[in-house]
Parts: sequence; structure tokens; C-alpha cells
Amino acid sequence: MEKVHQSITHHLADHAAIWEILREVVDPEIPVLTVVDMGIIRDVVQRENGIEVSITPTYTGCPAMEMIGEEIKSALTRKGYSNITIKTVLAPTWTTDWISDEAKEKLRQYGIAPPEHSTADKNSLLGKPKIVKCPQCKSEHTEMISHFGSTACKALWKCLDCKEPFDYFKCI
Amino acid sequence: MSQNKNTALLDFVTRLGDNSLIAGHRLSEWSSNGPFLEEDIGMINIALDFIGQSRILLTYAGVVEGKERTEDDFAYFRNHEEFKNALLLEQPNGDFAVSTAKQFYYSVFNFLLYSELQKSKDETLAGFAAKALKEVTYHLRHSSEWVLRLGDGTEESKMRMQKGIDDLWMYTGDLFATTEGDLLLQKEGIIPDVAALKSKWLEMIADVFKRATLTMPDVNAFQQKGSREKKHTEYLSYIVGEMQSIARVYPGAKW
Repeated sequence: MEKVHQSITHHLADHAAIWEILREVVDPEIPVLTVVDMGIIRDVVQRENGIEVSITPTYTGCPAMEMIGEEIKSALTRKGYSNITIKTVLAPTWTTDWISDEAKEKLRQYGIAPPEHSTADKNSLLGKPKIVKCPQCKSEHTEMISHFGSTACKALWKCLDCKEPFDYFKCI
Repeated sequence: MSQNKNTALLDFVTRLGDNSLIAGHRLSEWSSNGPFLEEDIGMINIALDFIGQSRILLTYAGVVEGKERTEDDFAYFRNHEEFKNALLLEQPNGDFAVSTAKQFYYSVFNFLLYSELQKSKDETLAGFAAKALKEVTYHLRHSSEWVLRLGDGTEESKMRMQKGIDDLWMYTGDLFATTEGDLLLQKEGIIPDVAALKSKWLEMIADVFKRATLTMPDVNAFQQKGSREKKHTEYLSYIVGEMQSIARVYPGAKW
């Protein structure tokens, strides 16, 4: 019994250690956020012969997903784990609601306006214009330049007070 | 799963995958040719969403088929007559208004289709549709805004937007074409009744055209058909030829 107990404790400690390692893997496009902050990691399963990490794409065409998978593998390999497989899962669908408040603050400091509203807000088709605060000067006097920006997850906005353009992390 | 149902599912999944692939490839032709930088980036972003969607769908087609064909086998090593995409999507880009009209017709269709498909009893299709719906909602907002801006814009932009929606009108009916296999999948709760989406589609586009001060095309006008019977317009073979040239010359090439 004690042996089983030890094995479980060891297993759990190992599991926590894996999550700690994943917390150091940053998003290649937004290096202030880790893959855990982003809510990309959906599951970690340890098997006798290796580890399976399930990830979910932010956008179906996000070109960073393959790199994220490779970086997870190499981070775990560096810490001595082997036989790591990356599994892509689509359900439940990734949403910006999974980005924590702490992570949103990190985004703001980095100069990207974080997703402002919960996706429960369903003003999808020609919805009411959103108020997005300028990450630089905090002004609400801003306007959208384009729904699409430098990466799939961002839109391009500009501040009408400080005149700086900025990225807005789209709310999906 | 019965043989018939499996064949029907393969057909349906490949059709959606081909829709996304051809739409994405066409749209990518705007890369560096957009009317201004932000819009150029916008169109390529949408193209990227479509390519991402087609990767998931064509990978799944390979799973359903069970012959170990990959997404690349489907995209690059099928001949043009095997493609199942809707006729609308292979049409040339034309000017920005024509591309906007195409995007708008297709976005409304995708929005309605994926809203229903996310309730599918097929877990992969349901998961895919819920994911794709979020992207398509952005596409719809983007294309609707352009229809409004061009339609209710200058005399020139209005004339071009009207021409765009009129010229592509006869290819829109084919989006809703169904087969006997679709009926089978519909009964099983795997796909929605695609033909039945048309009334809502007409309602949505009529609403935007009205606000854009554009004239709604004649709903009873002649419609081209054929993609469900493997009949395409001449444009498909050219786009497939160009898309596949590198993969065919250097099979298995990686970079």
C-alpha cells in the first residue's frame, strides 16, 4: 500500500513539475505570455512510455502552432523527459475568456490592448462598436483601423489622443 | 458506420475542405495587390483562416477514408476533376468589389452552415464548426462592412459593388446543392439541411444590400450548378494547376 502511495505522490509531483516547465514556454508571437497563460495547453497525460500534451489552436490557420508544439517538446526534453507527443484538440473551442486577468495585464504592459469583453457578448454581425482602451495612454478615444492585424489573433487600432497605433487582441 | 454513410461523410467533408482551400488560395492572390496595406493584411489573414480550416477538414477526410491519405495528398495530388468546391469560390478575383461580393456571399453561407454544424453528432465536425464559426464571424463582419461602404459610397464604388454582386449571383445557388448522401447524413444528425439554409441566407444578404442602397439580384434568375456532379467552370483547373505545381515537381519537398 505504501509503495502505491509513494508512486502516486511521485506521479503527482512529476505532473506539477511538467506544468512548471510548460509555464516557461512562451508564445513565439507574444513573448510576454506563456502557453499556459494563453490557455493553449488543454491536458497533460503521463503514460509509462512518455508524455502526451494536448494543445488547442487559437486560430485554425495560426502558423505559430507547430512552433509551439516544437518548443513544448524541446523544453520537456531539456529537463530530461522523453517520448513527448503533441496532440491537437479542437473541442472545447479556444476562447480569449481563458486568458487570465494577470495575463491581460501583461499584454497591456507589452503594448497590446487585451480582449475587452467576454465572448458572451454576441454582437457579432455589424455589432456595436467596442470601446478599446489605448494601452499607451489609457484613453478610450480610439478607433479601429482594420479587423485584421499583424497576426491572426490581433486587430489594428489607433489612439486618437496620443496618436499611437496599437494592436488589439481580438475577442473570440 | 455503413459503407454508404462513410462515403457520404467523406464526400461532405472533402467538399467543405475544398471550399476552404480554393477560397483561401484565391484570396491569397490578393497578397501585395490589396487596395491599401491594412486591407492587404486583412485579406491574407482571412486566406490564412481558410487554409487552416481546410487543413483540419482534409486531414479528417483522410481519416474518414481510411487509406492513410494526408491533407497534402488531398490538396496537391488530386486532379482538378476530383475537387468538390462550390463554383462561386473558383471564380477569378476581379476587382476589389467582385472579391468583396464573393467574400460576402460565402461568409454568410459559412456563418449559417457552421452555426448549425456545431450541433453535429460527429464530434470532429462539431468541434471544427465551433472553432471555424468564430473566425467566420469576423469574415462576415469584415465583408458586410465593405459591401456597405462601397455600396453606399461614391457613384463609382456603388456601380462596381452592384456589378460584383450581379456578376457572381448565378454561382451562389450551387453553394446550397445537396446529394443523396447529404440526406443520409442529415437523417443521422451529422449535417444540417444545407438547402434549407438558403431562405435565411437570402434574408441576411437582402438586409445588407438594402442598407448599402444596392439592388438585390433577382432570386428567380438562372443559377449555374454542377459542383456536386463534379462539373466546374474552366477556372478551377487553372487554380489547381498553379496551386499544385511545386508539390508535383518536387514531391515531398519540405522547407
